[in-house]
Amino acid sequence: MNIVVCVKTNPDLEMVRIKNREPVLDAVPYKVGDLEKNALEAAVQLREEAGEGKVTILAVGEGDRKIKETLKEALAMGADEAVIIADSSCEATDQAGIAAALAAAVEKMDEVDLVLFGEGSSDNYTGQVGPRVAERLGWPQIGFARAIGISGDNLRAERRMEDEVEVFEAPGPLVVTVVSEINEPRIPSLMNIMKAGKKPVMEWGLDDLGLASDDLAAQKQILSNLAEEQDRKNIILEGDIADQAGELINALTKEGVLGR
Amino acid sequence: MADILVYSDKPGVALELASKGRELATALDMRVSAAALGEGASEQAEGLGAHGAERVYVSESEAFVGYPADVVAEALAQIARESGATRVILGSTRRGKDVAPRLAQKLGAGCVTDVSDLVVEDGAWVASRYAFGGATVAKEIAATEMQVFAVMPKTFEADDSQPGAGEVVTPALSLEPSAVRLVDRRPREGEVVNLAEAERIVGLGRGFQAREDVAAGEKLAYALEAELACTKGLADFQWMAEERVIGLSGAKTSPDVYIALGISGQIQHVVGVMGAKIIVAVNTDKDAPIFKLADYGIVGDLYEVIPALLEKIG
Repeated sequence: MNIVVCVKTNPDLEMVRIKNREPVLDAVPYKVGDLEKNALEAAVQLREEAGEGKVTILAVGEGDRKIKETLKEALAMGADEAVIIADSSCEATDQAGIAAALAAAVEKMDEVDLVLFGEGSSDNYTGQVGPRVAERLGWPQIGFARAIGISGDNLRAERRMEDEVEVFEAPGPLVVTVVSEINEPRIPSLMNIMKAGKKPVMEWGLDDLGLASDDLAAQKQILSNLAEEQDRKNIILEGDIADQAGELINALTKEGVLGR
Repeated sequence: MADILVYSDKPGVALELASKGRELATALDMRVSAAALGEGASEQAEGLGAHGAERVYVSESEAFVGYPADVVAEALAQIARESGATRVILGSTRRGKDVAPRLAQKLGAGCVTDVSDLVVEDGAWVASRYAFGGATVAKEIAATEMQVFAVMPKTFEADDSQPGAGEVVTPALSLEPSAVRLVDRRPREGEVVNLAEAERIVGLGRGFQAREDVAAGEKLAYALEAELACTKGLADFQWMAEERVIGLSGAKTSPDVYIALGISGQIQHVVGVMGAKIIVAVNTDKDAPIFKLADYGIVGDLYEVIPALLEKIG
């Protein structure tokens, strides 16, 4: 089974600070998203279950996203090879443009059975790229898989919706997005990290994919991206704990949010 | 005439979208249509009309069993074309989020998911959504003629004060069944928690020092007839179920009142309660960021505050 795992690097959100309502990204390290690691772990396990095939990491962009430095860890988790789509137009586009590049890369590969994504990227979480790639490829999709396996000639995936659990089967090729509960991504051993340096990493430009920069044009414009201003009362209650408790219950009753 | 099309797999969310669609349509001289798809769809038509839809496109085709994203997106694309819709508003439920980008791709549309507000400014549809894990709110517009928005449940209120004609239309759909087959469906195991619709929520954080102490939080929630929730930290400890997590990696809520017990106020959590009408914080650290977000704060030990509150509630 040949599996492609789409991977993106994201700023480490724990390190993002807000200054004058603006996010400050200077000196914030980039790392492979946790959900993408879940997707990669699922791919490696599926390849093991199938007993054949390969796992290819597919990543977009270079420059700020520092994909190359982070790919080694992903390769060490058990992928066989990596493809980087390296073009500056990948930096300025949106989910539609990224999907165009990824779908073209998957089409260029031989006999892909499954393309895996995290359910969303850890920075913006739009969840758009997976379904857009599926549509571009004309493949069906299963979103939010929390388990995935092989059942005869089919792939089988389970997902949890707001109030029910669903199990699907499909013959592939297929696009699946995964949620974090699907697995615990392995932490690669030092040995595997050293071996990962020898795994093939290919760079494809837009020319190789038969695309022009215009094909990656963004469809959206971001007008602003600022921290929210919350208008709250900020009343700190005083007195001993019993008084404060009483005051709080009175205040909430007056607000009309209790005692109905 | 330009048209707005609304759809959600959750009937309650569909009513919210129809009402918002009606409001926008009235302001912009557009019309609003709704789609109802799958088993029981025809039963939704009347409500959608009552909440503002001029037309309701109803199909109970077998192809919708399991709501495969490829088929639902194709059906909505066909209905959008048939109705002349240039704006499609979906619910950002899990199925909605699965379908919206695929539909957008079919329509050549720009798409914004997890929309927390939608307004029209100078003719442009401006959608707000959280970015950077909830640290910021991005305002985005699509530069395309067709535009798709997936709006978070409970963002807008279902309002039946401006009913539409509610004309039921059977769309001329041409659908292939999906290669993805639903082979099993069962109710969600574990706890059934509906934080998104809870009116009162008591949230527990790392101020709780042991698993058995969670019972005190439960007791308070019970006394207040509130739903119980927690930060991701407590679920990671497996002190509470994953279903109860609020925040970036959990539920987005908008209760009348949110009571944060022992929660410091990291953005990854509080993004899930920004929509609360009233926020109450109980924390021993007077400098905890949660107090900046709170309407009422008690600087104190939750192990003392909870019994005091229980006593006052009686």
